[in-house]
Amino acid sequence: MDSVLITNVLAATVVAGTPLLLVALGELVCERSGVLNLGQEGMMLMGAVIGFIAATSTGSLSMGVLAAMLGGVLMAMLFALMAITLAANQYAAGLALTIFGIGLSSFVGAGFVGQSIDGFDKIAIPLLSDIPVIGQVLFNQDLLVYGSLLIFALVFCFLKYSRGGLILRAVGESPEAANANGLKVLPVRYMAVAFGGAMAGLAGAYLSLAYTPMWTENMTAGRGWIALALVVFATWKPERVLLGAYLFGAASILHLVLQGLGWNSSTELLAMLPYVVTIIVLVLLSWNPARTRLNTPLSIGQPYRPSK
Amino acid sequence: MLSLERRAVDSRAMQWASPLLALVLTIITGMGIFMALGKDPVEGLTFFFLTPLSDKHGWAELGLKMAPLLLCAAGLTICYRAKLWNIGAEGHFLMGALWASVVALQLGGQSGPWVLPLVLIAGMVAGAVWALLAGLLKTQFHCNEILTTIMLNYIALNLLLYAVHGPLKDPYGFGFPQSEMFAASALLPKLIPETRLHIGLLFGLLAAVAVGVLFARTFIGFQLKVLGQDERAAAFAGFPAKRLTLLAFILAGGLAGLAGASEVTGPLGQLVPQVSPGYGYTAIIVVFLGRMQAVGIVLAAALLALTFMGGEMLQIAMALPKAITGLFQGLLLFYLLTCDAFIHYRIRIRRAPKAVAGEA
Repeated sequence: MDSVLITNVLAATVVAGTPLLLVALGELVCERSGVLNLGQEGMMLMGAVIGFIAATSTGSLSMGVLAAMLGGVLMAMLFALMAITLAANQYAAGLALTIFGIGLSSFVGAGFVGQSIDGFDKIAIPLLSDIPVIGQVLFNQDLLVYGSLLIFALVFCFLKYSRGGLILRAVGESPEAANANGLKVLPVRYMAVAFGGAMAGLAGAYLSLAYTPMWTENMTAGRGWIALALVVFATWKPERVLLGAYLFGAASILHLVLQGLGWNSSTELLAMLPYVVTIIVLVLLSWNPARTRLNTPLSIGQPYRPSK
Repeated sequence: MLSLERRAVDSRAMQWASPLLALVLTIITGMGIFMALGKDPVEGLTFFFLTPLSDKHGWAELGLKMAPLLLCAAGLTICYRAKLWNIGAEGHFLMGALWASVVALQLGGQSGPWVLPLVLIAGMVAGAVWALLAGLLKTQFHCNEILTTIMLNYIALNLLLYAVHGPLKDPYGFGFPQSEMFAASALLPKLIPETRLHIGLLFGLLAAVAVGVLFARTFIGFQLKVLGQDERAAAFAGFPAKRLTLLAFILAGGLAGLAGASEVTGPLGQLVPQVSPGYGYTAIIVVFLGRMQAVGIVLAAALLALTFMGGEMLQIAMALPKAITGLFQGLLLFYLLTCDAFIHYRIRIRRAPKAVAGEA
């Protein structure tokens, strides 16, 4: 492999990993508060379709991104209403959100299939983009890639250094103890779920406004689910989410690389790769249940109702 | 001030009222959607729920779509009763359809009464193996079954696409990604002549009844229920949790695999990429809506089968996107879960507590 090919592959890896990074960061925050939202796929699809519609009708990509994030938050609030306020089973509520999101996004987007849009352009950062290989990989990308790295840094610092991060983790580890210490468990969880929705919406907008600037039904192709596996892979740590997102991103473009190298294998078989990789990674990570339990937020999946 | 209060005893009335309430709320929302689109809501609902069933063929088509939903839902019920979150019915279904097709095409020229059973068994085994994979990943490697079954669904879909674009592609099919038509010996007999309804519906009804009996009358059903309600109690009683888990997955996979096999040997008669409009996912809604009971599942399967037909009808009659089917299904599940909260909770109207005198 020559250096041009390596550079191209790495740059494509970052692009493919960006939507995974965004949605997984959102889910990470959500799960750290003790809420497991399986509705990522549905929220992403809504983000993708709303972002595309808003961008085509206003002619502004940033309006598209904003609308997508708002759409993601609204979807997340539906989930929060069921899973937090009504204390419904989080698995069922998340699944419902995904099924609802798939249906609603296909319905809303039906008239927009086949249209295309001028998506986000790559912006080369002066000087930095001249560094060999790394410059092209990290500093000649579109605005949303830079945004995703900024969000990563913010989430990392929030969880590690801020009081808010401490509160979030306290609520996720033991809502009873947090409540006894005067923390408001439900509002914290609402905010965490809303953040997850905004990130999933943004990730969806990345797909429909930058990655492949158009809308097609189910265009997320399971990325919302892969992101859930990614959070497990990352043992709920943001720095590992960053690494994992690019690893999974690499797996999802591997078929392009192999075809580029002259491998003459079927597209459909190679398209299975990200899903196979996800299962293999899950196996490698989960075979020791003690270790998984050590890292999992303790109250995850359990509805909490403050007793008054 | 409104507040939720936990009921001392779960409400049995609400258990059965909830699906009906959810349907009513879905219909009301549906009317709102029709009005927002500038269509007559009554006309829209009529086209969605009534017009598809206006003749014999309509009812036959309903039965045709109920068959795979019933088979998948019956299998999922076994898993969900044991609190195993198998989302993989779609993948089991697709593998069943794929391997039934492989066998049907291999036996192409043969005739004889043994061809069809072999084809159906191939589908069941394929579905069961696919589900067993997720089961083993759970019992041996502690992998979350939601994630593995979803991933296996995508893998199954890609395998099927590979097959119809590659090894199973009909060389005389004008380049379409589909298999040859199966021989008559590999096709399911019709239930009602001159319609597309085949005996797959009987498989589905039988499966629903069998699952009802499993949980009402057998020890294995009892063990599965206990496993779902209290894992530690099951361990204490010495129930073999791993084997029960694998059994639940195998049964769910076998039934969904049979659904896939029935689809290719029934209405389709060949393997095509769009063999399922999402039956495996819709079956999840059927299970929840049907309260995991045989009768409930049959009724829920009929309603959701109707949503597929209603969507197609609205596309033809009112030029609305067919995706309205998915929207209705999603709304229904969403409202159902919301209403289900009131099985365990009730709304209490409370006056806001008065500030205690002397405070502040």
